[in-house]
Amino acid sequence: MKLIVNGESLDVDAETLAALMQALDYQGSWLATAVNGEVVPARDRGRCTLAEGDRVEILSPMKGG
Amino acid sequence: MLELYGQHLSSRLLLGTSQYPSPAIMAESIETSGTEIVTVSLRRETAGGKDGGQFWSLIRSLGVKVLPNTAGCHSAKEAVTTAHMAREVFGTDWIKLEVIGNHDTLQPDVFGLVEAAGILSREGFKVFPYTTDDLVVAERLLDAGCEVLMPWCAPIGSARGPQHLDALRSLRAHFPDTPLIVDAGIGRPSHAASVMELGYDAVLLNTAVAQAGDPVQMAAAFAQAIEAGHRAFLAGPLEPRDMAVPSTPVIGQAVFT
Repeated sequence: MKLIVNGESLDVDAETLAALMQALDYQGSWLATAVNGEVVPARDRGRCTLAEGDRVEILSPMKGG
Repeated sequence: MLELYGQHLSSRLLLGTSQYPSPAIMAESIETSGTEIVTVSLRRETAGGKDGGQFWSLIRSLGVKVLPNTAGCHSAKEAVTTAHMAREVFGTDWIKLEVIGNHDTLQPDVFGLVEAAGILSREGFKVFPYTTDDLVVAERLLDAGCEVLMPWCAPIGSARGPQHLDALRSLRAHFPDTPLIVDAGIGRPSHAASVMELGYDAVLLNTAVAQAGDPVQMAAAFAQAIEAGHRAFLAGPLEPRDMAVPSTPVIGQAVFT
Protein backbone atom coordinates (compact mmCIF):
# COMPACT_ATOMS: atom_id res chain seq x y z
CA MET A 1 0.00 0.00 0.00
CA LYS A 2 1.31 3.44 -0.90
CA LEU A 3 1.32 6.01 1.89
CA ILE A 4 2.78 9.49 2.27
CA VAL A 5 4.67 9.44 5.58
CA ASN A 6 6.16 12.74 6.71
CA GLY A 7 6.00 13.96 3.12
CA GLU A 8 7.71 10.93 1.59
CA SER A 9 6.04 8.29 -0.54
CA LEU A 10 6.41 4.81 0.97
CA ASP A 11 5.23 1.36 0.00
CA VAL A 12 4.41 -0.37 3.28
CA ASP A 13 2.23 -3.21 4.43
CA ALA A 14 0.50 -1.79 7.48
CA GLU A 15 -3.22 -1.98 8.10
CA THR A 16 -3.23 0.41 11.04
CA LEU A 17 -1.28 3.44 12.16
CA ALA A 18 0.12 1.42 15.07
CA ALA A 19 1.38 -1.24 12.64
CA LEU A 20 2.94 1.42 10.42
CA MET A 21 4.80 2.94 13.35
CA GLN A 22 6.10 -0.43 14.39
CA ALA A 23 7.24 -1.19 10.84
CA LEU A 24 9.13 2.11 10.69
CA ASP A 25 10.55 1.76 14.23
CA TYR A 26 8.71 4.74 15.70
CA GLN A 27 8.23 3.50 19.25
CA GLY A 28 8.65 6.46 21.56
CA SER A 29 5.90 7.54 23.92
CA TRP A 30 6.73 11.12 22.99
CA LEU A 31 5.50 10.90 19.37
CA ALA A 32 2.44 12.68 17.98
CA THR A 33 0.52 11.48 14.94
CA ALA A 34 -1.98 12.76 12.40
CA VAL A 35 -3.62 11.14 9.38
CA ASN A 36 -4.90 13.35 6.56
CA GLY A 37 -4.62 16.40 8.79
CA GLU A 38 -6.58 14.94 11.71
CA VAL A 39 -4.82 14.23 15.00
CA VAL A 40 -4.78 10.58 16.06
CA PRO A 41 -4.12 10.23 19.81
CA ALA A 42 -1.74 7.43 20.87
CA ARG A 43 -4.57 5.35 22.33
CA ASP A 44 -6.40 5.30 18.97
CA ARG A 45 -3.51 4.22 16.74
CA GLY A 46 -4.39 0.53 16.90
CA ARG A 47 -7.90 1.27 15.63
CA CYS A 48 -6.83 3.80 13.01
CA THR A 49 -6.96 1.87 9.72
CA LEU A 50 -4.96 3.23 6.82
CA ALA A 51 -6.01 3.44 3.18
CA GLU A 52 -4.09 3.85 -0.07
CA GLY A 53 -2.70 7.38 -0.41
CA ASP A 54 -3.24 8.42 3.21
CA ARG A 55 -1.00 11.23 4.42
CA VAL A 56 0.57 10.36 7.76
CA GLU A 57 2.50 12.75 9.98
CA ILE A 58 4.66 11.40 12.80
CA LEU A 59 6.11 14.26 14.85
CA SER A 60 8.70 14.43 17.59
CA PRO A 61 9.54 17.01 20.29
CA MET A 62 12.11 19.42 18.94
CA LYS A 63 13.91 22.59 19.90
CA GLY A 64 11.91 25.73 19.23
CA GLY A 65 11.82 29.48 19.72
CA MET B 1 4.96 38.42 40.76
CA LEU B 2 4.16 37.54 37.16
CA GLU B 3 0.96 35.55 36.64
CA LEU B 4 0.23 33.81 33.35
CA TYR B 5 -3.05 31.87 33.12
CA GLY B 6 -3.06 31.36 36.88
CA GLN B 7 0.57 30.27 37.05
CA HIS B 8 2.78 32.39 39.31
CA LEU B 9 6.32 32.94 38.09
CA SER B 10 9.30 34.69 39.62
CA SER B 11 11.32 34.96 36.40
CA ARG B 12 10.23 37.38 33.69
CA LEU B 13 12.34 35.73 31.02
CA LEU B 14 10.97 33.06 28.69
CA LEU B 15 13.68 31.28 26.73
CA GLY B 16 13.73 29.37 23.44
CA THR B 17 15.59 26.08 23.07
CA SER B 18 16.80 26.39 19.48
CA GLN B 19 20.13 27.26 17.83
CA TYR B 20 22.49 26.61 20.77
CA PRO B 21 25.98 25.25 20.00
CA SER B 22 25.13 22.05 21.92
CA PRO B 23 22.42 20.52 24.13
CA ALA B 24 24.73 20.94 27.14
CA ILE B 25 25.13 24.68 26.51
CA MET B 26 21.37 24.97 26.03
CA ALA B 27 20.77 23.30 29.38
CA GLU B 28 23.34 25.47 31.16
CA SER B 29 21.91 28.63 29.57
CA ILE B 30 18.41 27.71 30.73
CA GLU B 31 19.62 27.04 34.26
CA THR B 32 21.72 30.22 34.42
CA SER B 33 18.91 32.39 33.08
CA GLY B 34 16.60 31.36 35.91
CA THR B 35 13.78 31.02 33.39
CA GLU B 36 10.78 28.93 34.37
CA ILE B 37 9.30 28.62 30.88
CA VAL B 38 11.00 27.36 27.71
CA THR B 39 9.56 27.10 24.22
CA VAL B 40 9.64 23.87 22.23
CA SER B 41 8.24 22.63 18.92
CA LEU B 42 7.11 19.51 17.06
CA ARG B 43 8.87 18.38 13.91
CA ARG B 44 9.13 15.47 11.54
CA GLU B 45 12.03 13.23 12.34
CA THR B 46 13.60 10.21 10.72
CA ALA B 47 15.39 7.47 12.64
CA GLY B 48 12.28 6.58 14.60
CA GLY B 49 12.14 9.94 16.33
CA LYS B 50 14.88 9.06 18.79
CA ASP B 51 16.63 12.46 18.78
CA GLY B 52 13.33 14.03 19.75
CA GLY B 53 13.04 11.60 22.63
CA GLN B 54 16.49 12.58 23.89
CA PHE B 55 15.71 16.27 23.57
CA TRP B 56 12.43 15.90 25.47
CA SER B 57 14.14 13.89 28.17
CA LEU B 58 16.77 16.64 28.63
CA ILE B 59 14.11 19.37 28.83
CA ARG B 60 12.13 17.42 31.41
CA SER B 61 15.25 16.98 33.54
CA LEU B 62 15.54 20.78 33.83
CA GLY B 63 12.26 21.10 35.74
CA VAL B 64 10.92 24.00 33.68
CA LYS B 65 7.45 24.49 32.24
CA VAL B 66 7.22 24.06 28.48
CA LEU B 67 5.41 26.34 26.08
CA PRO B 68 5.02 24.46 22.77
CA ASN B 69 4.87 26.60 19.64
CA THR B 70 3.16 26.31 16.28
CA ALA B 71 6.18 27.73 14.45
CA GLY B 72 6.10 27.45 10.70
CA CYS B 73 2.32 27.11 10.43
CA HIS B 74 0.86 29.26 7.69
CA SER B 75 -2.85 28.75 8.29
CA ALA B 76 -5.23 28.62 11.23
CA LYS B 77 -6.00 24.98 10.46
CA GLU B 78 -2.32 23.95 10.52
CA ALA B 79 -1.79 25.81 13.77
CA VAL B 80 -4.86 24.25 15.41
CA THR B 81 -3.79 20.73 14.37
CA THR B 82 -0.25 21.36 15.63
CA ALA B 83 -1.63 22.63 18.95
CA HIS B 84 -3.67 19.43 19.34
CA MET B 85 -0.58 17.31 18.71
CA ALA B 86 1.53 19.42 21.08
CA ARG B 87 -1.03 19.05 23.85
CA GLU B 88 -0.82 15.29 23.58
CA VAL B 89 2.97 15.07 23.46
CA PHE B 90 3.90 17.76 25.97
CA GLY B 91 0.96 17.29 28.30
CA THR B 92 0.11 20.99 28.50
CA ASP B 93 -2.75 23.14 27.26
CA TRP B 94 -0.39 26.11 26.89
CA ILE B 95 0.36 27.01 23.30
CA LYS B 96 2.51 29.72 21.75
CA LEU B 97 0.33 30.41 18.73
CA GLU B 98 2.19 31.41 15.57
CA VAL B 99 0.48 31.75 12.22
CA ILE B 100 3.07 33.08 9.82
CA GLY B 101 1.87 35.42 7.09
CA ASN B 102 5.04 36.21 5.16
CA HIS B 103 8.08 34.08 4.41
CA ASP B 104 10.55 36.97 4.38
CA THR B 105 9.50 38.97 7.41
CA LEU B 106 7.99 36.04 9.37
CA GLN B 107 5.32 38.46 10.48
CA PRO B 108 2.11 37.02 11.86
CA ASP B 109 -0.94 36.50 9.67
CA VAL B 110 -3.12 38.34 12.15
CA PHE B 111 -6.37 37.19 10.53
CA GLY B 112 -5.43 33.52 10.79
CA LEU B 113 -4.05 34.21 14.26
CA VAL B 114 -7.34 35.61 15.57
CA GLU B 115 -9.27 32.74 13.96
CA ALA B 116 -7.00 30.06 15.48
CA ALA B 117 -6.92 31.83 18.86
CA GLY B 118 -10.72 31.72 19.01
CA ILE B 119 -10.91 28.02 18.12
CA LEU B 120 -8.18 27.01 20.58
CA SER B 121 -9.47 29.19 23.43
CA ARG B 122 -12.94 27.66 23.08
CA GLU B 123 -11.31 24.23 23.29
CA GLY B 124 -9.67 25.16 26.57
CA PHE B 125 -6.17 25.99 25.38
CA LYS B 126 -4.23 28.76 27.12
CA VAL B 127 -3.16 30.74 24.10
CA PHE B 128 0.00 32.88 23.96
CA PRO B 129 -0.38 34.63 20.59
CA TYR B 130 2.69 35.84 18.71
CA THR B 131 1.28 39.04 17.24
CA THR B 132 2.24 42.45 15.91
CA ASP B 133 2.06 45.66 17.93
CA ASP B 134 -1.31 46.52 16.31
CA LEU B 135 -3.81 47.70 18.91
CA VAL B 136 -6.96 46.53 17.13
CA VAL B 137 -5.54 43.05 16.53
CA ALA B 138 -4.69 42.93 20.23
CA GLU B 139 -8.32 43.75 21.07
CA ARG B 140 -9.57 41.00 18.75
CA LEU B 141 -7.21 38.49 20.37
CA LEU B 142 -8.51 39.37 23.82
CA ASP B 143 -12.09 39.07 22.51
CA ALA B 144 -11.13 35.63 21.13
CA GLY B 145 -10.21 34.50 24.64
CA CYS B 146 -6.48 35.20 24.95
CA GLU B 147 -5.40 36.36 28.42
CA VAL B 148 -1.81 37.10 27.38
CA LEU B 149 -0.46 39.01 24.38
CA MET B 150 2.98 38.56 22.83
CA PRO B 151 3.73 41.39 20.40
CA TRP B 152 6.92 41.39 18.38
CA CYS B 153 9.27 44.35 18.71
CA ALA B 154 11.17 43.54 15.48
CA PRO B 155 11.24 40.58 13.06
CA ILE B 156 12.10 37.14 14.51
CA GLY B 157 15.85 36.62 14.76
CA SER B 158 16.65 40.14 13.52
CA ALA B 159 18.24 41.32 16.80
CA ARG B 160 17.18 44.87 15.95
CA GLY B 161 15.48 45.67 19.22
CA PRO B 162 12.32 47.77 19.61
CA GLN B 163 11.39 49.45 16.32
CA HIS B 164 8.16 51.13 17.41
CA LEU B 165 8.37 52.12 21.04
CA ASP B 166 5.27 54.29 20.75
CA ALA B 167 3.20 51.31 19.58
CA LEU B 168 4.48 49.22 22.48
CA ARG B 169 3.67 52.10 24.87
CA SER B 170 0.19 52.36 23.43
CA LEU B 171 -0.47 48.63 23.95
CA ARG B 172 0.73 48.89 27.53
CA ALA B 173 -1.49 51.90 28.18
CA HIS B 174 -4.58 50.28 26.64
CA PHE B 175 -4.22 46.96 28.41
CA PRO B 176 -2.89 47.75 31.88
CA ASP B 177 -4.11 44.45 33.33
CA THR B 178 -3.18 42.05 30.53
CA PRO B 179 0.22 40.33 30.74
CA LEU B 180 2.25 41.64 27.80
CA ILE B 181 5.35 39.74 26.69
CA VAL B 182 7.67 41.02 23.99
CA ASP B 183 8.32 38.07 21.72
CA ALA B 184 10.85 38.32 18.90
CA GLY B 185 13.33 40.90 17.72
CA ILE B 186 15.34 41.44 20.89
CA GLY B 187 19.10 41.45 20.26
CA ARG B 188 20.75 42.76 23.40
CA PRO B 189 20.08 42.99 27.12
CA SER B 190 19.61 46.77 26.74
CA HIS B 191 16.72 46.11 24.33
CA ALA B 192 15.08 43.85 26.89
CA ALA B 193 15.62 46.39 29.66
CA SER B 194 14.06 49.14 27.54
CA VAL B 195 10.78 47.26 27.00
CA MET B 196 10.67 46.21 30.64
CA GLU B 197 11.07 49.89 31.60
CA LEU B 198 7.89 50.56 29.60
CA GLY B 199 6.09 48.19 31.94
CA TYR B 200 6.10 45.04 29.84
CA ASP B 201 5.63 41.96 31.98
CA ALA B 202 8.20 39.67 30.42
CA VAL B 203 10.43 39.01 27.41
CA LEU B 204 10.67 35.90 25.25
CA LEU B 205 14.08 35.36 23.67
CA ASN B 206 15.97 32.73 21.80
CA THR B 207 18.48 33.74 19.13
CA ALA B 208 19.99 36.60 21.15
CA VAL B 209 21.11 34.08 23.77
CA ALA B 210 21.67 30.96 21.69
CA GLN B 211 23.78 32.65 19.02
CA ALA B 212 25.82 34.86 21.36
CA GLY B 213 29.55 34.23 21.60
CA ASP B 214 28.95 32.79 25.07
CA PRO B 215 25.28 31.82 25.46
CA VAL B 216 25.55 31.09 29.19
CA GLN B 217 27.01 34.52 29.97
CA MET B 218 24.41 36.15 27.74
CA ALA B 219 21.62 34.28 29.51
CA ALA B 220 22.85 35.71 32.80
CA ALA B 221 23.13 39.20 31.28
CA PHE B 222 19.56 39.08 29.97
CA ALA B 223 18.23 37.89 33.31
CA GLN B 224 19.86 40.87 35.03
CA ALA B 225 18.70 43.36 32.40
CA ILE B 226 15.11 42.14 32.56
CA GLU B 227 15.13 42.35 36.34
CA ALA B 228 16.71 45.82 36.20
CA GLY B 229 14.19 47.06 33.64
CA HIS B 230 11.28 45.76 35.68
CA ARG B 231 12.56 47.37 38.88
CA ALA B 232 13.07 50.63 37.01
CA PHE B 233 9.46 50.51 35.80
CA LEU B 234 8.21 49.94 39.34
CA ALA B 235 10.40 52.78 40.57
CA GLY B 236 8.97 55.25 38.02
CA PRO B 237 11.58 56.43 35.51
CA LEU B 238 12.04 60.16 34.92
CA GLU B 239 10.55 61.50 31.70
CA PRO B 240 12.98 63.15 29.23
CA ARG B 241 13.18 66.97 29.43
CA ASP B 242 13.87 69.49 26.73
CA MET B 243 16.37 71.56 28.72
CA ALA B 244 19.17 70.96 31.20
CA VAL B 245 18.14 71.03 34.86
CA PRO B 246 20.93 71.41 37.45
CA SER B 247 21.06 68.59 39.94
CA THR B 248 23.20 70.44 42.49
CA PRO B 249 21.34 73.19 44.40
CA VAL B 250 21.78 76.65 42.88
CA ILE B 251 20.89 78.41 46.12
CA GLY B 252 23.87 78.94 48.39
CA GLN B 253 26.43 78.87 45.63
CA ALA B 254 29.51 81.02 46.39
CA VAL B 255 30.26 84.05 44.23
CA PHE B 256 33.96 84.74 43.59
CA THR B 257 33.82 87.60 41.17
